[in-house]
Amino acid sequence: MAAPTGIKSPTRARIAARTLRTDRWWLYPTFTALVLLAFVVYATYRAFVGEHYFAEPYLTPFYSPCVTTECVEGSSHLGTWVGDWWPLSPAVLILVIPLSLRLTCYYYRKAYYRSFWMSPPACAVGEPHRRYTGETRFPLILQNIHRYALYLALAYNVLLTYDAVMAFKSPEGEWGHMGLGTLILVVNAVLLGLYSLSCHSCRHIIGGRLRNFSKHPVRYRAWGMVSVLNGRHAQLAWASLVWVAFTDFYIWMVASGTWSDPRFF
Amino acid sequence: MGYDLKMKVWRGDATGGDLVDYTVPVEEGEVVLDALRRIQATQSGDLAVRWNCKAGKCGSCSTEINGKPRLACMTRLSTFEPGETVTVTPLRTFPVVRDLVTDVSYNYRVAETVPAFAPEPRPADGQYRMQQVDVERGQEFRKCIECFLCQNVCHVIRDHEENKQAFSGPRFFLRYAELEMHPLDTNDRRALAREQAGIGLCNITKCCTEVCPEGIHITDNAIIPMKERVVDRSFDPVTWLGRKIFRRDQLPEAQVPQGRAE
Repeated sequence: MAAPTGIKSPTRARIAARTLRTDRWWLYPTFTALVLLAFVVYATYRAFVGEHYFAEPYLTPFYSPCVTTECVEGSSHLGTWVGDWWPLSPAVLILVIPLSLRLTCYYYRKAYYRSFWMSPPACAVGEPHRRYTGETRFPLILQNIHRYALYLALAYNVLLTYDAVMAFKSPEGEWGHMGLGTLILVVNAVLLGLYSLSCHSCRHIIGGRLRNFSKHPVRYRAWGMVSVLNGRHAQLAWASLVWVAFTDFYIWMVASGTWSDPRFF
Repeated sequence: MGYDLKMKVWRGDATGGDLVDYTVPVEEGEVVLDALRRIQATQSGDLAVRWNCKAGKCGSCSTEINGKPRLACMTRLSTFEPGETVTVTPLRTFPVVRDLVTDVSYNYRVAETVPAFAPEPRPADGQYRMQQVDVERGQEFRKCIECFLCQNVCHVIRDHEENKQAFSGPRFFLRYAELEMHPLDTNDRRALAREQAGIGLCNITKCCTEVCPEGIHITDNAIIPMKERVVDRSFDPVTWLGRKIFRRDQLPEAQVPQGRAE
């Protein structure tokens, strides 16, 4: 039998309990796990279902840009250059980008290491693993690609902003339209944009890597602004996640004819 | 208005110990350390508890109160429900000496391995100059009182004793970050942060930030920026190419202080 380690190490105070915390420390990991699981189930279903993702002029963010020949008419703003060789739903091609950003995001790392991997489940609560190598080995060493996921996600945000702008066109192609769907897509683009810009890697690239702020006043000011956003990174992560699912759900309901889109003008 | 507080205090040493029940009279506005000192004064004169400033500035009275790493002098009794039993144990990451006192010398050994501030040569007039924005950046890191609560709560060493050989812990990532961001420092500590301090072992679960009594944003402002700097140096092919082209890879890197490496 292996020698006891961690809080059971022979030199430490001999306390049998894994934790002596009396508060509801399990609430955060449980809630996080439930919300993330619900999102994964919903997003997987919607990504593979391959229908009800476009209701002129609204294209759900899960299928934007729609670039295979399988895409329904009018939904391919960037053309169908991928062709027909892709065997799965066009959404799968796209969702890799936001998925890689969120999987390697410094906030989500905290969230899923605590709630799924229980490493640790909460502060000062013993974790169940015998060994721990952190992010030093494959596959977790790949967390270091976060900045590249950010670059791709920023490009993806440009496309979602384009979709939000196009939502100001009526189904007949005339500018000057605005429905509830337009508003939802605008909020979606803003939230996802703010989430990406508030990212820790973005903060580092903008100015955090500098040794002398005083020699780079413009980058210092930009770093200050990103730092303000960065302080809200967790809230933006949750808000943008929930809103992107809601945006997809709204367009799904409109596209399937379950409800119609209220038109403001 | 005074009342009787029920407490459980861990008593023992490395050979064994247990939680001992106490009922101690306390007054409104008192803190956990007041209750511990009253136990010491009236019931158990041999209770070992380390304290000094009683003002949250010396970092001596670090303990675990109801399972949470906290300073005993800064934990008000009013934070507990009336009638709640307050449990106090020693830090569970370090070897226990006796009762609530632990041996935190691991931290001092790690501190010796962090390459010291190495400023560039003084200019002709002999005066170093720094702009205010650069001075302010490091101020947050210098608030650290070395209570080692962040080290204690970090699961990398709390739950895995063997990692103490390869991991410096949040308090020292703070030190690495402070020096790396210092405009006058000439050392490049990024390789050491990865290879010697083991920053890759940190998985950003932010417990160090949660327990810091000084409210330092250890994870957001020190550990993640250091991780990103390590990415610059070791995992980013674009910056790697830039270093090759501009020959920055030939600049000297910091070395572990002579004779101090574990």
